[in-house]
Amino acid sequence: MNIPVVEKILSSNDTLADENRAMLDAAGVFGINMMASPGAGKTSLIEMTLQRLGGELRLGVIEGDLATSLDAERAQRAGATAIQINTGGNCHLEAYMIRDALRQLPLSELDLLIVENVGNLVCPANWKLGTHKNILVASIPEGDDKPYKYPGMYRGVEAVVINKVDLLPYVPFRMDYFKQGIEVLNPGVEIFSLSCRTGEGMEAWLTWLKGLRQ
Amino acid sequence: MHELSVTQNILSIALKHAGQAESITDIYLVIGQLSSMVDDCIQFYWDIISEGTIAQGARLHFKRLPAMMHCQHCQTEYPLHETSFVCPTCATTNVVLVSGDEFYVESIQVQGDPI
Ligand SMILES: Nc1nc2c(ncn2[C@@H]2O[C@H](COP(=O)(O)OP(=O)(O)O)[C@@H](O)[C@H]2O)c(=O)[nH]1
Ligand SMILES: [Mg+2]
Ligand SMILES: [Zn+2]
Repeated sequence: MNIPVVEKILSSNDTLADENRAMLDAAGVFGINMMASPGAGKTSLIEMTLQRLGGELRLGVIEGDLATSLDAERAQRAGATAIQINTGGNCHLEAYMIRDALRQLPLSELDLLIVENVGNLVCPANWKLGTHKNILVASIPEGDDKPYKYPGMYRGVEAVVINKVDLLPYVPFRMDYFKQGIEVLNPGVEIFSLSCRTGEGMEAWLTWLKGLRQ
Repeated sequence: MHELSVTQNILSIALKHAGQAESITDIYLVIGQLSSMVDDCIQFYWDIISEGTIAQGARLHFKRLPAMMHCQHCQTEYPLHETSFVCPTCATTNVVLVSGDEFYVESIQVQGDPI
């Protein structure tokens, strides 16, 4: 006997993600899931954001990492309430991990929560965490072909940050080609070009972030 | 690595829908090209985690759907290409991705009465 099912394989994760969202909403915290390949500059962007917005917004950070807690220490030094999740080799964060982390955070004392996902351009896109926005941090040295090679990742995000634009003079990178790929996969998605090193382009990103909490 | 948790999800979905059936013999999965899943990995974990359940030994069938583009200008449908999204017919980029994200259990085959 054949039984029709048609159920999304990750539906149990989606359910938990919805619960996480409800927990964030109840506490009035806006959540962001930051994804990227290793070294794109996720932690740098978190540090820069803390430096510039720390006076206005209370930031919490959840750091997902394969094994170390170095990134959480960086975020703490920059002034965030940060906790580390070690995924023990798992290549992405899942909603249940975020639920556990949310229970450890003083949510009522936070305005914005940034989750730094495991550095990986393939897997994290499939697992919703319950955050309000998913963003992807790309960077110039990774090359301009990434939207074409990792379309799944570029599909599921509400914003793309193109980091390390200070390196444009030194690295071949066709910005038009890159943006065209993004636009086809994800029409109208927000794009911010910036540098965490020089601070160039940071204003637009910060303004967008602040606007999210309305 | 993530195939482990994926496989656990497949098992719990199958068990839920099988109800009181004696055994699950086949599981039909639909997996789009953009879902980063390796069939062999899922099969590997499946053999381990299904042991001792009514789904032990069930055959996994993977229906792979290609990622397809659709040109809104000339209506051409063509498979996603790795280096360019330009329409092969009219050379515009007025194109959208129409499939490839799928990732679900389509149906299961059971022996015995589920209810
Ligand atoms: N040139 C340049 N280097 C950067 C920039 N942002 C980050 N980096 C460097 O890139 C490396 C990886 O950054 P990190 O924030 O740890 O990346 P993560 O792995 O994505 O968290 C570090 O050496 C940073 O100093 C940038 O805008 N320009
Ligand atoms: Mg980092
Ligand atoms: Zn066309």
